[in-house]
Amino acid sequence: MTSHDAHPAHLAHHFSDVEQQQDSAKLGMWIFLLTEILLFGGLFVAYAIFRAWNPDMFYNAHQYLSIPMGTLNTFVLITSSLTMALAIRFMQVGDKSKAVINLWLTLMFAAIFLVVKYFEYSHKFHLGQLPGEYYTFQGVEGTNPHIFFSIYFAMTGLHGIHVIAGMIAIGWVLKRTLNNEFSADYYTPMEMTGLYWHLVDLIWIFLFPLLYLIG
Amino acid sequence: MSTAQANYLQYPKGLKSWLFTLDHKRIGIMYLAAIMAFFLLGGLLAMIIRLELFTPGEDFIGADTYNQMFTLHGAIMIFLFIIPSIPAALGNFVLPQMLGAKDVAFPRLNLASWYVYILGSLFALYSIFSKAVDTGWTFYTPYSTESQTAVISMTLGVFILGFSSIFTGMNFIVTIHKLRAPGMTWYKMPLFVWGLYATAIIQVLATPVLAITLVLLIMERAFGIGIFDPAMGGDPVLYQHFFWFYSHPAVYIMILPGMGIISELISTFSHKKIFGYKAIAFSSLAIALVSFLVWGHHMFTSGQSELAATIFSFLTFMVGIPSGIKVFNWLATMYKGQIRLDTPMLYALSFLFLFTIGGLTGIFLGALAVDVHLHDTYFIVAHFHYVMMGGTVMAFLGGIHFWWPKMFGRMYSEAWAKISVALIFVGFNMTFFTQFILGSKGMPRRYYNYLDQYQPLHAFSSIGSWILGLGFLVMVIYLLMSLKNGKKAPANPWGSLTMEWETQSPPIPENFPGNPVLTHGPYDYDKVLVERG
Amino acid sequence: MTAHEHKHHIVPLSTYFSVATALFILTIVTVWVASVHLGSWNMVVALLVAATKGSLVALIFMHLRYEKKILAVVFVGALAFLAIFIIFTMFDTMTRGELGSEVRHPINPAARIYQMPAAVAADSMSVDSMANAIDSTVSKEQSGHE
Repeated sequence: MTSHDAHPAHLAHHFSDVEQQQDSAKLGMWIFLLTEILLFGGLFVAYAIFRAWNPDMFYNAHQYLSIPMGTLNTFVLITSSLTMALAIRFMQVGDKSKAVINLWLTLMFAAIFLVVKYFEYSHKFHLGQLPGEYYTFQGVEGTNPHIFFSIYFAMTGLHGIHVIAGMIAIGWVLKRTLNNEFSADYYTPMEMTGLYWHLVDLIWIFLFPLLYLIG
Repeated sequence: MSTAQANYLQYPKGLKSWLFTLDHKRIGIMYLAAIMAFFLLGGLLAMIIRLELFTPGEDFIGADTYNQMFTLHGAIMIFLFIIPSIPAALGNFVLPQMLGAKDVAFPRLNLASWYVYILGSLFALYSIFSKAVDTGWTFYTPYSTESQTAVISMTLGVFILGFSSIFTGMNFIVTIHKLRAPGMTWYKMPLFVWGLYATAIIQVLATPVLAITLVLLIMERAFGIGIFDPAMGGDPVLYQHFFWFYSHPAVYIMILPGMGIISELISTFSHKKIFGYKAIAFSSLAIALVSFLVWGHHMFTSGQSELAATIFSFLTFMVGIPSGIKVFNWLATMYKGQIRLDTPMLYALSFLFLFTIGGLTGIFLGALAVDVHLHDTYFIVAHFHYVMMGGTVMAFLGGIHFWWPKMFGRMYSEAWAKISVALIFVGFNMTFFTQFILGSKGMPRRYYNYLDQYQPLHAFSSIGSWILGLGFLVMVIYLLMSLKNGKKAPANPWGSLTMEWETQSPPIPENFPGNPVLTHGPYDYDKVLVERG
Repeated sequence: MTAHEHKHHIVPLSTYFSVATALFILTIVTVWVASVHLGSWNMVVALLVAATKGSLVALIFMHLRYEKKILAVVFVGALAFLAIFIIFTMFDTMTRGELGSEVRHPINPAARIYQMPAAVAADSMSVDSMANAIDSTVSKEQSGHE
């Protein structure tokens, strides 16, 4: 362990020690996650209100979402969360090669998630289940079924953007790991990226039952 | 303290060293410059509005232009001036110094927030010069989805500005939690820091909701998604809920840091320990909390349900409690103090007077039945100008005059400053008190035309705006002159006990030589001997 | 410096794997429950399962369980304010058009205010022009009746 006075390379000048810097990063990251929750929050509010107003339309419209594909994506995303957690866990004990493997796996699962999403989207585009004005599908009974698909695309679209942002962050962390920039003493960027990725997973955990499993 | 060391303004040199600086003080100054430029622009728009209203009928701008003018005035003043004003400019400059820290927790994020602010303001400027915006600063649907003006670029600008606000808020919360100097416990923090802390909490909690609201609005315009547009089965009142979930707390983003400054000014210039430190500190947090529970009072006539309106009205009255706690504590602080009427204190006293009027008229508006009569009249306009301008802007100006010697190492002309305060105070009251009367007589807001019977009051208000404008003009001149000719400022010109006055004026780049340790509380005027200058 | 010793909490690998297994099982449970007809309880169960899964992710994967309390406060705070947003908006959207007091105390046409002659009512108004305007409409109406 380094002594208190020695300044490691990754310690910025305005912090007095590593612990202070690390705690600051964590607190900052959690506050950022808080803003993400409230960003999605607006869509959850819109969802809750329109579902409460049109319960039957929501039920009818949701049947056009594919439960197998949604379930598959849930498994994929949970697995990617696990590999992300494992990557950090291996970095904590200094096992760089296993950390790298797990980061690659996380990236791969994220890509699979997007591919599945692509198939779901293109099927809906094909049927004319597009948001708002562009909605041309005739099969859903109930008033204003386009609103369900507007909310569906807004929620999953925003989530999808976060998946892409997460992949960029994971790729960046992977590159830095390969450059030997992280060690058991310092891996804060990986930890922060992990927190972000788990939040993306966490939001999907709620989106899945709310959109695909309306009872 | 010797002034031998190079201060942050001199070192490092060159434009590039400013554009890539990570120094919170320089970023604060850059914010100050940008914000003041937009204040000037917003102020000029206000002068045009008042000039048009001097007489009824069309004088020199027509109805459509007038709609654009008040929209741009509102949007610029709210999003580009008043929300970033105190936190991003003054807060950035003094917060780390008040805590005895070398910088904020995330200096690069801090610089990024400035660039994001500039980017957002470019979008806003672009929309002004393309087709302007005529929706009012609130972008209410369904009009904002129908209007032929540049709504998308303006909302995109506001969306981007939101990130700048979030970055500042995140930075401040972490700085306050993690970067306090040894000895600086929570209850030894200056009250301005408490104000900024409460503000930052609102910034990070509320601003993301504005972001998603504007995204949905843009999608409504682009794809007709039908969430807010009644023609597509959406609900325009829901837009108002979304908008005010952010924008009501945003009102407290504006006022809370101002209240923090007032606590500093009143204690310093009364040379007396602040009365009720904890009460003031926690009332800031209480205001931040309550601010999330009252947004529906902007919507009493919108068609929201009676139950909601009643709940929101009841909760609105609760805002009066923490606000009252603050006002009475400030008065008690002044009681038997050695009051010195320097310019910052004159602004603090103006704040007390004007904010109290603004706050009390807010109680009228919080009452359901009264609001039905006063809604969308000049009474509202007068009320929020008393709170925003009489409150926040007075505190902001007080803060600028208070920290000017620290920022630039120069003293301004006290005589001209007093003339300017007098002009601003008189001009402000002439302009806006008149509007309370106009509003209670039924003059609606947002019209370029009016009935003849309102003409004398409108003319009086317009003349007031000229006096107000003159006051600001005088201020700009003597402040800029002071940079060149002002007397050199000592480290502690006002005899204040907060930590930023312990370092030289202007401070060195890392604020303090070595690592400072707190030796006394911020308001221990009863225990510590402190000299002016 | 003792700080370094409690800097990282290293969670055993088995914990991560068992959490992931629990998440898989709960996913299967929630899909299965959706196919059983429980009425409005379907949503309650689905959200309970999602909340359990979310808590597992936050507590173990995101280390909230092992970190300083302030981080949990931030997380729970976000959820609390989101709850305020939803609930307060629903105070409006779920009760629109319910006129409480008017129904309980219907307008009484015999009330004193409706008995006042038009001239008296007009006099009590402060703006003269408005009073004049009302007077003229009243007289027009009266002449119309004749």
